[in-house]
Amino acid sequence: MSERRHFRSIAEVGVDSVRRLLDLTDHMAEVSRRPNPKVPALRGRTVCNLFFEDSTRTRMSFDTAAKRLSADTMTLAVGSSSVNKGESLRDTVETLSAMGVDAFVVRHRTAGVPWQISGWTDAVVVNAGDGWHAHPTQALLDAYTIMNRRGTKNFEGLSVAIVGDIRHSRVARSVTEILTMLGATVTHVAPRTLLPPMNPTPSTHALDDLIGSVDVLYMLRIQTERMGTGLVPGGSEYTDRFALTPSRARRLRPDSLVMHPGPMNRGVEITVDPSELPQSVITAQVTNGIAARMAVLFDLLGSTAGLEEG
Amino acid sequence: MTLDRLLLTGGTVVDGGGERRLDVRIADGVIVEIGVALDADPALERVLDAQGCIVGPGFVDLHTHLREPGMTEAETIATGSAAAALGGYTAVVAMPNTDPTQDCVEVVEFVRNRGREVGLCDVRPSGSITIGRAGVQLTPFSELAAVGVHLFTDDGSGVQDAGLMRRALEYAGELGLLLAQHCEVAAMTHGAVMHEGDCCSHLGLPGWPALAEELMVHRDIELCRLTGSPVHLLHLSTARSVELVRAAKADGLPVTAEATPHHISLTDEALRAFDARFKVNPPLRTMADVEAVRRGLLDGAIDAVATDHAPHPAHAKERPLDEAPPGMLGLETALGVTRKVLDTNWQKLFELLSTGPARIAGLAEAHGRPVEVGEPANLVVIDPDVDWEVDPGGLASLSNNTPYIGMGLRSRVRHTIFHGRAVVIDREVNR
Repeated sequence: MSERRHFRSIAEVGVDSVRRLLDLTDHMAEVSRRPNPKVPALRGRTVCNLFFEDSTRTRMSFDTAAKRLSADTMTLAVGSSSVNKGESLRDTVETLSAMGVDAFVVRHRTAGVPWQISGWTDAVVVNAGDGWHAHPTQALLDAYTIMNRRGTKNFEGLSVAIVGDIRHSRVARSVTEILTMLGATVTHVAPRTLLPPMNPTPSTHALDDLIGSVDVLYMLRIQTERMGTGLVPGGSEYTDRFALTPSRARRLRPDSLVMHPGPMNRGVEITVDPSELPQSVITAQVTNGIAARMAVLFDLLGSTAGLEEG
Repeated sequence: MTLDRLLLTGGTVVDGGGERRLDVRIADGVIVEIGVALDADPALERVLDAQGCIVGPGFVDLHTHLREPGMTEAETIATGSAAAALGGYTAVVAMPNTDPTQDCVEVVEFVRNRGREVGLCDVRPSGSITIGRAGVQLTPFSELAAVGVHLFTDDGSGVQDAGLMRRALEYAGELGLLLAQHCEVAAMTHGAVMHEGDCCSHLGLPGWPALAEELMVHRDIELCRLTGSPVHLLHLSTARSVELVRAAKADGLPVTAEATPHHISLTDEALRAFDARFKVNPPLRTMADVEAVRRGLLDGAIDAVATDHAPHPAHAKERPLDEAPPGMLGLETALGVTRKVLDTNWQKLFELLSTGPARIAGLAEAHGRPVEVGEPANLVVIDPDVDWEVDPGGLASLSNNTPYIGMGLRSRVRHTIFHGRAVVIDREVNR
């Protein structure tokens, strides 16, 4: 079963496919702007959203992407599943596969589950976020958003700061991977406690040193339960050191981009109102997410004939 | 013909005395004659071909999880004993993390007696250091010693409380017993799935830092210095741990140590495919650690190869990596892996797999003995030059969580003689 293509991590997909998927995302964005944004590309195909961890936004984005491609969708979300009744991951996947699934879109709290699942099914596997490891469709939509806003496919020399809880962030890992692969220079901004133990990416804890120069400021969600633990002191210390505050926002270059994967903890990692921040592309990220996921599903399951209006 | 009379013909005997081409005659559990080209009497004895083979003392495993009582879906004393015999082991020390724990006479006697009924190798139960391995209250060391326990450990976890460990050493030392430590400072490894390093950083899996082992290695070496009681350090996995033990031995402290076949053959890179068969505790480390542990085995810093044979049913290893239990099989592959990766001679291999561990386990009266007339016949006969691959479906173990699928192994056990009985003949268990 290892011969099948999957979409599980940016590294596994490789730079050539990433560039092709960015072009395909652009095409899907065009489809999405049509008065009838639905094409018959995946008619008769079944996409199963297998969400073992709650994520309404990502699940709805994938579901919408599949429906715009005319795929049939089914969703198994934790809580409604027999996984809670002791059924194993493998049994769940094999049962759903037997119903005729062409693609599993998998979200799990533990790194590696999409790889384990690919061993138990003939369907293709799309990683919708595994533990702290990878969230490759998020990375694709973010790279596309940057490309689209800047009007160039050239990422060489682009400086990107990713700020926040890098250690526990699949988004940070995948976004770093895709942007570095495309030629950008990524810096992680976090206290040492929130960086991976051996981080190959350059890092700093001094946000103020680079906020005035970066092309892209990528703010991560910090889970509030991490604060006041051994990782970060409680109170306002994290916000004081690492949040996008009004005074930091004033130092941003006018042509820089501010990004966030959502959902935002307002008042924690971001204390300005993004809707009043001209550099913010946070809403565009959400819109582009559907196009990027359409591109991935189409690339794995579709045929070029199916992109005309249905 | 009686099965109690055996003649091993054509083999090369290897033991502490060197290498000699000799036939070995066994009767009533004892070696009765050795010599060149002994005359066989097929009417009176079973002749086992050892042509081109190495004949030496049967292996002794300091670290076997037999899972019975309590976890017999993974392994039983019968299946684990068969795996041991096929791997060339004539004695295994059964780890105490059964359910219930081997912390009282009843459970220890159950394991010991079941091992005797099965009769494929010496099953020597260890005892836990603390009741229920909870790290609070000492087990009755003296009572357990009276039913044959020599080695005590809370393996699966380390004794976290330094004060308790000091008292345990003081109490055990005067009874002539050995405490063995699973070195892991739990406060540093909460939720850990794999070695803390480049690979875990990339994979987003919680890391198990080398320091969490080394701190406890250091602590227990110092407790050994303070109390004068011997300490055995289980499954060492890091370069710095090996250095600490080497230095302790240079100071003359009664410290011994073991290393597993997997820590000298596999690295944390194996986890890149997210296969829980490679999840083990302590975790697979880096190539630099692997090489340091190999050097430790070769130069005597580490005394023994021990398997940490840890069977788990397939469905348990198919759980997400954070939930899947740590551990891998080892008994049937230990020789093949060790010979493959350790560049040394047969005498040294027998020291690491037999003589050394027999001494540590307190089994040196019956195991790890020279191949001489009058010695107990606990022997292994090895095909030294055979290259082979493990067949996970063909293992005697009840579980199949071997990490060595597809890896070329070298040297294979052909016959095993336990108490003068051929328990393995031509790679088959002879019940």
